[in-house]
Amino acid sequence: MIEIDHVSKAYGAGASRFMALNEVSVTIRENEFFTLLGPSGCGKTTLLRVIAGFVDPTAGTVTMDGQDLLQLPPHQRPVNTVFQNYALFPHLTVRQNIAFGLEMLGKPKAEISDTVDDMMALVQMTQMADRRTGEISGGQQQRVALARALAPKPKVLLLDEPLSALDFKLRKDMQIELKRLQSETGITFVFVTHDQEEALTMSDRIAVMNAGAIRQIGSPTDIYEHPAERFVADFIGDTNFLSVSVRGVSGSVAEAELASGKTVKARAVMGGQGGGATLAVRPEHASLVAPDAGLLTGRLDNIVYFGTDTHYHVTLSGDDRFVVRAQNTPGAATPFAIGDAVGVSFPGGVGQVLKD
Amino acid sequence: MDDLASKADKRAARTRWLLLAPALIILVVAASGPLLITLTYSFLSPGDYGGIEWDFSTDAWFNVFLQRDIFDDTLSFADAHLSILWRSVKLSLLTTIGAVILGFPTAYFIATRPPHRRDIWMLLIMIPFWTNLLIRTFAVMELIRNEGTVNSLLIWAGVIDQPIQILFTETAIMIGMLYVYLPLMVLPLYASMERLDFSLVEAGYDLYATRFAVLRRVILPLVKPGLIAGSILVFVPSLGAYVTPRVMGGGKQLMLGNLIELQFGQGRNWPLGAALSITLLVIVMVALIFYVRAAGKDEVHHG
Repeated sequence: MIEIDHVSKAYGAGASRFMALNEVSVTIRENEFFTLLGPSGCGKTTLLRVIAGFVDPTAGTVTMDGQDLLQLPPHQRPVNTVFQNYALFPHLTVRQNIAFGLEMLGKPKAEISDTVDDMMALVQMTQMADRRTGEISGGQQQRVALARALAPKPKVLLLDEPLSALDFKLRKDMQIELKRLQSETGITFVFVTHDQEEALTMSDRIAVMNAGAIRQIGSPTDIYEHPAERFVADFIGDTNFLSVSVRGVSGSVAEAELASGKTVKARAVMGGQGGGATLAVRPEHASLVAPDAGLLTGRLDNIVYFGTDTHYHVTLSGDDRFVVRAQNTPGAATPFAIGDAVGVSFPGGVGQVLKD
Repeated sequence: MDDLASKADKRAARTRWLLLAPALIILVVAASGPLLITLTYSFLSPGDYGGIEWDFSTDAWFNVFLQRDIFDDTLSFADAHLSILWRSVKLSLLTTIGAVILGFPTAYFIATRPPHRRDIWMLLIMIPFWTNLLIRTFAVMELIRNEGTVNSLLIWAGVIDQPIQILFTETAIMIGMLYVYLPLMVLPLYASMERLDFSLVEAGYDLYATRFAVLRRVILPLVKPGLIAGSILVFVPSLGAYVTPRVMGGGKQLMLGNLIELQFGQGRNWPLGAALSITLLVIVMVALIFYVRAAGKDEVHHG
């Protein structure tokens, strides 16, 4: 268990002072696949490097199982890292790379040899044992980097955007592979990514970060279905934002009045009532209807075909944009053409009223 | 069609030879030519007032290593030559080692600075290199002579009563050569360190390697090409150094370069000078082959 408590990291001083991390607090549980998700520059890699020991925070504490991690230099921390560019030693073979950490720990030769064999089998690299790391493909380097970091059996494995350099198909395979490795080894994974889909498919819990702070922590379902604020709703998946005024709140249900004057029920995250707020609606929750049957009306601007589904881009009266996503069914034709007047509708309760 | 193709081939061949010509001319005229002349001279007899007589003789080569007693005709090793030879090799090795010890941290320091500041540091390393060799050597002399800066400071600080005699010793020659040839070590080392991916250093620390282990197991193997290049660049000119031992050694501590000059000058024994020059060349070649072989073998062992 890693407890990160009010950790801050500032670079520079005076006017050019930049907070890479601002009072970040989070607890990462045992055997968890924990993902730090956010746009580039949000501080997720900095937080990972604080745990690894390559960055000293300017304030805060980091403890692992009660032990103060910040007192330990990187080579004494029971954590290993899979680097973004893999950082495999080019002068060593695959086998020697995987053995490196074990040798540094001073393990007996026989044990090293056995563990390395196990690791190479685990990542299916046994055939490549005596190749130099420059002689294997990107996907294979990725596996070697994983095996090298897993070999010393760390308590926590840190992964810094390890899949970003792989092509689409390989990335999909590695996502499943990583999840398998995590459950087989029982090691806590802390995974950094800017790819929301990657985060949603692999993680037990996700921390969404922006501008050096954690905006929301929760399970993939939580984060996707109940985004706590506009940034999270916008960053995770596609979201339509509508300006509304809240007419009343009862419990967790808010009555929101749309620009068209019609009202709809939605989940409320913000407390209090009245005044302006934003209603977030996922594209797949909305549908296109006849203009007079919709909650909102507009003009169909564009139809984009994605294979499994189709996106309909609508300009609402009042110039707001709205995207409706409909799953494609074979043989079914769209009843609307580009330029048609359409209505947009969504059932009560699927939207979420957010604080701005 | 075939005719056209063969014409094109001929034209390509001619162009290739034309492009190669400058390099070939320089190699033949400037490298092989003088070498052949030197080799020829070493098998001739010395002229009375310098120069050579066109009589075949192996005396010069005999005199490189052996000497005949003028009274009883017994043969013995040419102690004077051998001790100069040994001094040259020893001082060159020590200079190379010293250059590694000083140059490695220097190159590492520069390579770990932010990119825009590295050029300034390299400039500071290179400025002495662009200065006249004699001026640099006299500058070092000014530092270490008995009334020089170092001794004056030490006496002023009360560390010593009498100045330490450094000038005109082997130590002085070594200090001088170290100063003169250090940039030749820093430059290739820096070049290979600048290419070094420092995430590999982090990976080393991450995998439980101590600072020393990272240096030995990660950094050293990766900058070895630079280390070898630097060592050759320092060792080879040190072996044939002329100005530095002349000035710093005060004419008492000769090295091979000085001995060779002596034969062509006051000694009036051009064949011996030529034979000594070839000997120097052979030593350098042997050292290079040995070094490159050792480095290559190490590579295989690690791989």
